[in-house]
Formats: sequence, structure tokens, C-alpha cells
Amino acid sequence: MRIALFATCIVDAMYPATAKATVKILERLGHDVVFPEGQACCGQMHVNSGYLKEAVPVVANHVAAFDTADYDVAVAPSGSCVASVKHQHPMVARSCGDAALEARATAVGAKTYELSELLVDVLGVTDAGAQLGSYFPHRVTYHPSCHGMRLLRLGDRQSRLLRTVQGIDLADLPEADQCCGFGGTFSMKNADVSSAMLQDKAANVEATGAELCTGGDASCLMHIGGGLSRQGSSTTTLHLAEILASTMEEPASVTGEVRVSTGKALR
Amino acid sequence: MSAREDILSRIRSALQDSPEAPQIPREYRAASGMDADGLVDLLVDRLVDYKAQVAVVPAAEVPATIASLLEGARSYVVPEGLDGGWLAAMDDAGTGGSRRRVDSPAEPLSVADLDGTDAVVTGSAVAVAETGTIILDGSANQGRRAISLVPDHHICVVKAADIAGILPEALGRIDGTRPITMISGPSATSDIELQRVEGVHGPRRLDVIIAR
Amino acid sequence: MTTFLGMPALPAFGSGNLFAGESFPKAAHRELGNAQLRANLGHATHTIRDKRQAVVSELPDWEQLRDAGSAIKESVMARLPELLEEFEKNFTARGGVIHWARDAREANEIVAGLVRATGETEVVKVKSMATQEIGLNEYLEEQGIEAFETDLAELIVQLDHDKPSHILVPAIHKNRTEIRDIFLREMPGADPALTNDPPVLAMAAREHLRRKFLTAKVAVSGANFALADSGTLAVVESEGNGRMCLTLPETLITVMGIEKLLPTWQDLEVFMQLLPRSSTGERMNPYTSLWTGVTEGDGPQNVHLVLLDNGRSAALADEMGRSALHCIRCSACMNVCPVYERTGGHAYGSTYPGPIGAILSPLLTGIQAEENSSLPYASSLCGACYDACPVKINIPDILVHLRSVDVDSKRGTKKVPSQMDVGMKAASWALSSGKHLGLVEKGLPLGRLAAGRDKKIKKLPGIAGGWTQSRDIPAPPAQSFRDWWAKEHKSPAPSRDEKETQ
Repeated sequence: MRIALFATCIVDAMYPATAKATVKILERLGHDVVFPEGQACCGQMHVNSGYLKEAVPVVANHVAAFDTADYDVAVAPSGSCVASVKHQHPMVARSCGDAALEARATAVGAKTYELSELLVDVLGVTDAGAQLGSYFPHRVTYHPSCHGMRLLRLGDRQSRLLRTVQGIDLADLPEADQCCGFGGTFSMKNADVSSAMLQDKAANVEATGAELCTGGDASCLMHIGGGLSRQGSSTTTLHLAEILASTMEEPASVTGEVRVSTGKALR
Repeated sequence: MSAREDILSRIRSALQDSPEAPQIPREYRAASGMDADGLVDLLVDRLVDYKAQVAVVPAAEVPATIASLLEGARSYVVPEGLDGGWLAAMDDAGTGGSRRRVDSPAEPLSVADLDGTDAVVTGSAVAVAETGTIILDGSANQGRRAISLVPDHHICVVKAADIAGILPEALGRIDGTRPITMISGPSATSDIELQRVEGVHGPRRLDVIIAR
Repeated sequence: MTTFLGMPALPAFGSGNLFAGESFPKAAHRELGNAQLRANLGHATHTIRDKRQAVVSELPDWEQLRDAGSAIKESVMARLPELLEEFEKNFTARGGVIHWARDAREANEIVAGLVRATGETEVVKVKSMATQEIGLNEYLEEQGIEAFETDLAELIVQLDHDKPSHILVPAIHKNRTEIRDIFLREMPGADPALTNDPPVLAMAAREHLRRKFLTAKVAVSGANFALADSGTLAVVESEGNGRMCLTLPETLITVMGIEKLLPTWQDLEVFMQLLPRSSTGERMNPYTSLWTGVTEGDGPQNVHLVLLDNGRSAALADEMGRSALHCIRCSACMNVCPVYERTGGHAYGSTYPGPIGAILSPLLTGIQAEENSSLPYASSLCGACYDACPVKINIPDILVHLRSVDVDSKRGTKKVPSQMDVGMKAASWALSSGKHLGLVEKGLPLGRLAAGRDKKIKKLPGIAGGWTQSRDIPAPPAQSFRDWWAKEHKSPAPSRDEKETQ
């Protein structure tokens, strides 16, 4: 299969290792990965902040980058960006009365998958250890992000993949379904409430005794990691793509600093 | 322009885009398909969960059951149309009659009378097993709404044949324009720290007699 | 189907207790500082949440009931004028009297006039959101009419001269000891030996109100549902105070929003399954009363209904937002909301708190009213409310829609654009082309400088400072993925020393 990678702006700029891990996994399964270079961002930060007008060029750019490229399916290592491509892009096109853009956006959305969704539903991965060689001998806890859980209905796809990683010690996160409080610009506009939510999430992560918290959304992990770091916790965050890409020969590094963006590309 | 005309005109203006009224998908259950024994068992389970007292008895034993439940009551009220046979044991006991107050459209009891009455005995229109709900519709054997509300102890007779499995079946059997009271257990509140307390303003004691 | 043949009217917004007097972040900051409140709320919301989950998962057809409920309400909105007229015809035919109120003031005047006509100066009240919305109690007091709340929680709030913080359990922000102290302080004839045991407190309320119930001549209520095809009204309650008010007085005055209609008797079977389970997490609430106009010899013989617009027609005019009017006031959304759970209801200012309040209040008042434009931002868009809503109101989508209404309403009105405006404009340029983003990414190593030796950025200026108040930003990578990819796929062969950097 020819698979187009939508890196997402935050991963592209701040978490290149997550995108590289995604490429590794797909190539390991024998697929060709392409990177449409015109891509930038899904625009959800603009949409969710009410800047619909400013979102239009961002959405138009994404649609242009992905409806001209030659690929079978597109994938992004981020539930919220995929949810935006699928749900918000047609709506943004509609809001400016561009029926042609709406149709193209809908077509792109239909071919776009979140990573775990692609692995499980399309590429038939049921056992990460056996099929990808995933090996990660660490105690890990998993935070299912809101958009993956409620907008994409990913169910247990991510946790099933994690559970089949060789050597992993997966600890259940208490109150896992509770939002970490990121919410894009919510984290700045309503910093107090967001911080209170983050505090509880960080405490639940700590309570598991895990070395790190994983998940499928770089932005939530950035938020949780930033909170843990500020509290002086030794627990870090790592995207699940990096855990799946980790092998006995090429182990993912878990001791690196928590990598977080400058806030420029927040969602 | 009157307020009525004004409001209706505002609404019509708000609906200028002529939204479609969708077809209503009624894919939910219309009936439970449970058998008679299953219905009784489920209703009992639900009523007990609400902290109501329940007795399941053959129809012939209803009078004796009522008499035993009324043992401590100094007075009780019945609607004029209550199934006469149900009070047979009270009549036989000889003392029952003098404690009895009958409420009728011709001679309704005052609120003060009702407040001074310990208990009330009524029939019921229909019950819902799944939710533990008894529905009164103001028919002759249930009387007007006030009599089953003011006395602190409500004894309610439910005929097994009147038990429906789920709410849609039950509502299909009654006339909604009658004064309806749906009762699911004794009155309750969870307003203080969400701790459920049975018995606030309504009857604090609900006894349900299911007559087979 | 409605055919409109007039000039489109300007929306007529609502008045009364629908306004945030201060911005949500400011109010939230204060409420978050109240540890007791947070403990009470955390306990309460989790308890109701779990109860709801248990009774909802019992039903095999819960999703089908939600689908039906959602479609029924959508149909009500589409057919509202004809349904109101049908309801009016049926209710009136059975001896009820209908009054129409454009806004809070008009509704208050109608109710006060009806009470005055009875010659009474006291009324007993069933808990009602609509009468809180219009501020009826305060208005009646000004008119020399005393209104007694009879729901236990409403009584607690009223005795304490406080405001409800939750639409289902209005005193949820108070614990048992606080409640006992309020009773001792404010309840005439309260037993000085009163304990803080909830059953004891409930009995004290029973004693306190019983005389009122037995002697009241006038009652005021809200309504949960109104059935157009029969003219029937419904009140759903737990304590029996509703039955007392709806049954014993001679005069009953009900105040109800125009959106509360259901087309037919059959529709009640859907909503009476959805509401109790979503609301109190019970299979069925203890008491539901239905009345259709006047029944001779049973209950009030003088029966009135005030149909309230108060901004509902304005909300209806918003095609994206109108489904907020589907709300049946169950409170499931606030019980699952991580924001509400931490701030409580008072932070929202309006009668309607939580996720539904964050959309309903600005829809009823217009986005520019007082601080209501801050309400749609009071959400991380986690979507828990949408999943919990028994009538499937897509609250997250409406929140986002109202944010855009807010942003658009401010365009061109400000002398100086806000930091957010400037940032969003810049980000729109940076994120609308791969080239632009690539250029911005070249500047990321500057972030490494800002991060300094411990590789953490601890303080940012301006609105981004909201982020660094509780979160670090470690240093960005030396190279973006885009650059890495270009080198990997365009250069002849990457040299050995071009190690992957993170």
C-alpha cells in the first residue's frame, strides 16, 4: 500500500521522533510511505478557538496537499487531527460556501486514518510483538485522548496494540477517561481550570508507578508531560508510535527530556 | 400585537430556513415479552430496591393482608369506589369500621381530615415491572390524588394482571388526560450530600400488595 | 412545516438570571480556591455519574431511546408554532388558561397578577428552572407576595439567601454540617438539638413545610413536559413536595418555556425513560404528576399556564445552536463535565450552569450580553457531555460555533487586536503552507536557547503565560521531521554523522 503520512504540525515541529517511528512501523509492514510536502496543519486550533475565517486557508492547504498526492490511505499519529480532518474540514468549507472544497475535504477525510485505526482495521495488526517486533520492557500507563475516544470511537485499539508489545508492563490509569485539561487554547484562556484538571491527571499517572505515560495524541502528551515535569516528577511521556516502533535491536529512548513545543503550534 | 401573536411570529421568523421535521425512529422496545411470573418477580425486586414493603398474595388473601398492615393505624381512608371485598377482614375484625374514613366526590374529606388520618388504601391502574412504578389514574378504586398523598402510610393493591413489563406498554393502557400519579417507591430525596433519604413530604411508608 | 411570509425580525433576547456578571475564568479562579466546594462537587458528580452509568447500561435499547428523543425534539422545533397552538387548544378546552410571556418581566407580571387576583400573599413553589430564570421569587417579594420553595435543596438555598449551583441538586455545594447550621440560623422553630444527619435534616424540612402545604391556596410550578395532542402537563420529582403543590391548593400557576412541548402522548414513553436515568441515576423518579387542565373534584380548579419565550425564539433562529433547546434539564452533562466538576455552578453566573449553560445562556441572551461570551470557552471540548446527553445535543460543536460567533462579533470593533487575534492571524499564515511552516520551524532552535541549560522553558510572556503557570516547555528538537524527511529522500545518501536528533 502507498500510505501518505500526515505528520501534523506539532509532531513535525516538536516531536519528529514520533513521525519517524510512524514511518518505521509502516515500512516494517512492507508499505510505501510518502510525505506530501505541502502539508502543514489541520487547522483545529483555529476552528476550536472560533477563528473560522483564519482556519479556511489552513484547511484549504491541507486538502490541496492531500487530494493531489498519489496514495491509498493517509495516516496521522494524532486522534484530534484526524478528527478535525474528518469532521471539521467539510464544516469549515461549508461555512465559507465553498461546495467544491467541501467535496474534496470529505474525500480526503474518508481516506484519512488515525494510526491505531489504520494498523488494526486496515493493515490487520493484532499482535504488535509478533508482527512489528515491538519490544519495550518498561512499566507504562496509557491515557486515551478524548478525541480518539469520543470522536473517532477508537475503543480499545490503542490499548490492544500496547498490550501485545513484548516485555511491556501496562498499568491501568485510574480515571483514564477523564480529560487531561489541554483543550488547545483552553489551556491558556482557562489556565486555572486546565491546571486543576492536569493536576488530577498527573496524580493519577504518578499513582500507577509507571515510568512513562503513553497515548496517541502528541498534544495531550505534551500537556501531561509538561505538568509532570513542572511538578518535578521523573515520569515522562512517549507517543505510542514510538513504543510500537521500539525493538530489541533499536530500543526507543525513554530517558530523554520531555519534549514540548513553544506554544506556537498549540491545538 | 398581543404577546401570543408576537411570540408565534418570532418563532416563525426563526424558522425561516424551514427545517424538516424528521421521521421519528422508534426502534426502542415496545414490549418486554416477559411472562406473568417474571413480571411479578421483577416488580418485587424493583420495589424492594426503592425501600417499599411488598407482599405477593393470592387474591383471596388481600383482605387479611390489608388488615394486618393496618393493625397499628388509628384511622385510614379509602376511596368510595375501593373494591369492597378488600376490606372484608377489617369489617370482620369489628373494629375496622370505626377507624375507616370514606372519601367520595359527594363528601370529600378536608385536607385537615386527611392530615389527621394515619393510612390510605387504594387500588392502582397499572404497574411497570422494569422501573418499579405504580400508576394511579384517579379511577373509582384509587380516588382523588390528595387521599394517596397526605396520609403517611400508603397501602396500594396491584393486580398481577395489571403489571406491564416496560413503560411503553403501561402508558399504552391508560388515558393520559386523567389526573395521573406515577409512584416509584416512597418519597425520597438525595439533596444532602446525595445520601438518599426515604420519606420527605409524601407518604414515608409504601406497602404494595401484589394480588395474584 | 412552517411558511414564513414576513420580514425577518431581529432576535428578541432573554432577560432575568441568564447572565455571567464576570468572565468565566475570573469566576472560576475564585471558585477553584474553595477547597470544601471542590471536595463536595467531586464527591457529588462522581456519585451521580456512576449511578447514571449503572442504570443506563441496564437498558438494551438506550441508544434507540436517545435517537427517538433527539428526533422528537428536532421535530418539535421544526413544528413549534403549530404544536403550541394545538397544545393551547387542548389545554384550554379542559378548563386551563394560557398566558403568553415575551420575556422575564412579562412573565413575572402575569404571575403576580394571578396571585393578586386570588387575594393571597403567599405561594408554595415546586422547583422550577423557568421561574429561577425569570427571577420570580424576587419579583413576587417586591410585590409583597412571599414565595416558599418546597424542594429540600431549594429550601436550603433560599434560607441561606444563596444561589443554586446545580439544576438537579441545587445545594450540592453545601455539606450536611453547613445545612444544619443554615436550618438552625434561618428556620423558625428549628430544634436547637438538630444534628447533621441527613434523615434528621430531611424531617426538619418536612415539619417546617407541612403546615404550608396543608394551608396554601396558591402554588407555582414549572413543567418538565407538555403534550400537544392532549394538553397535558407533567412534573417529574422525588420528594412529594411537587404532588403537594400540584394537588392541594385551589390555584395552580405553571411557568414553562415554549420548547418543552412533546407532540404526542406516545412520546412520553421515550422521555420518561430518558429523564430519570440521566438525571438522578434512578430507574424511575419517585413521583411524576400529570394534569390536563382542570379535573372536577380533584386538584386545583383554577389552573393557569404561562408560556415563556425569553430568548428561546432567538436561540431557535440560530440554525447551529437551536438544538440546545432540546434540553430536558436532566443535568447529565454537568455531572460528567471535568470543568463543572471543579468550578461548580456559580462560576457560570446564569441559572443554567455546566456545558448546557455554556451554550444555552449565550443563545438566549445573545453573545454580546454581559460576560456571556466567555461561557463557550469554558470547555476543553472533551465531548463527555455529548455522550451523556439523553437527547444527543452536540454540545461541543455548538460551543465551537458560538466561539466563532463571538470572534466574528468582535471583528473590526476593537481599536487594538487582542494577543489571541494577532497570534491566530500569524498562525493562519504559518500553518496554511508547508513552506511557511518550514520557515517557522527554522526558528525553533531559538526555543532551545530560551530553554537554557536544563532544557526547560519555565515562563512565557502574554497569553502563553497561562501555559507556563503549571507546565514546563522543554526544548524543541534541533531538526523538524520535514527537514529530516527532505534530507533522507532527496540527498544522495545521508552521511554517518547525521545522527537522528530529537
